[in-house]
Amino acid sequence: MDLFVTLMAAIFVNNFIFSKFLGICPFLGVSKKVETAAGMGVAVIFVIALASAATWLVYNFVLVPMDLAYLYNIAFILIIASLVQFVEMFIKKSSPSLYQALGVYLPLITTNCAVLGVTVTNMESNFGFIKSLVNGVGAAVGFALAIILFAGVRERLEKCPIPKPFQGFPITLITAGLMSIAFLGFSGML
Amino acid sequence: MNPVKIIKNGIIDENPTFVQVIGMCPTLAVTSSAVNGVGMGLSTTAVLICSNFVISLIRKIIPDSVRIPCYIVVIASFVTIVQMVLKGFVPALDAALGVYIPLIVVNCLILARAEAYAGKNGPVASLFDGVGMGLGFTLALTVLGAVREFLGNGSIFGIAILPEMCKTLLMILPPGAFITLAFLMVLVNLVRNRK
Repeated sequence: MDLFVTLMAAIFVNNFIFSKFLGICPFLGVSKKVETAAGMGVAVIFVIALASAATWLVYNFVLVPMDLAYLYNIAFILIIASLVQFVEMFIKKSSPSLYQALGVYLPLITTNCAVLGVTVTNMESNFGFIKSLVNGVGAAVGFALAIILFAGVRERLEKCPIPKPFQGFPITLITAGLMSIAFLGFSGML
Repeated sequence: MNPVKIIKNGIIDENPTFVQVIGMCPTLAVTSSAVNGVGMGLSTTAVLICSNFVISLIRKIIPDSVRIPCYIVVIASFVTIVQMVLKGFVPALDAALGVYIPLIVVNCLILARAEAYAGKNGPVASLFDGVGMGLGFTLALTVLGAVREFLGNGSIFGIAILPEMCKTLLMILPPGAFITLAFLMVLVNLVRNRK
């Protein structure tokens, strides 16, 4: 039950995009089409799940015993960077079609602050292994949900007449703001 | 090389927030008050100046194929130092900025300047580029924080201005960040188009 609450809280209440502002760059950059948004969402879920597990193990079995906990930031970002590289090589070998679909977005996940954000939050909240994993997957699913919904709205926005000064980023941000108001409604859920 | 020109370029012509639109996560996340905006802006500026300088110094030693991981390690080291300084001297600000301090590592602004400027220019020019970009970022965060704090909490830098009934709570909640930034950008667009 506790894990279920953690999962729901991570997906809806503490949605990474709309309430914590983590991963805004890919959210604004890769949300023009629903297909690419979905590809990005899946890739992020995959990387965050692996990163939550790997950083938990390294933090608790390497950094803490060696009294190097203060170096967690450097360690985490290196783990994430190598993990993304590894995932990229693995997908390239095992499923070239998925590799094609994700394209340039795969290496860019390294600098997606959602990934580092989840691992740092897990570490600071002293979550156990399973709970870290659940929190990570929940946050990533929340990210995927937000980016896919947003891409759907943006596809329709393309066809609307928009005043000149609002074109481009401003109207995108206003759309995101309105969706964020909708997501505020979830905060009473738990 | 003209230091004044490089700094002005960072603050106005290529302002990271309003013109380049990078480093959005901290911009939106921590600007619920003007003080937080200044704190985040200056922390990022400190990291940016140091990392630009060091990356520019070592740019000829780093093999091209592994430059990004090298940049990230340099940046992460400076972020750790800044985090320790904040924890030691201004714990209240450290608590307010929370997880966003370690996340300066993945602020695209810093990596973008390393890749676009420090990796190609001399150390002194990179230093000034860091100052300019950092101040431009700080300025944007401060303005955004001040507007949101004024509308949402009726105060600027903690000094109460508006009476209780004029507060719009929404502006200091997450949606307010998106909407305020959108309207500031519209304003910047209008001014730029008029020129």
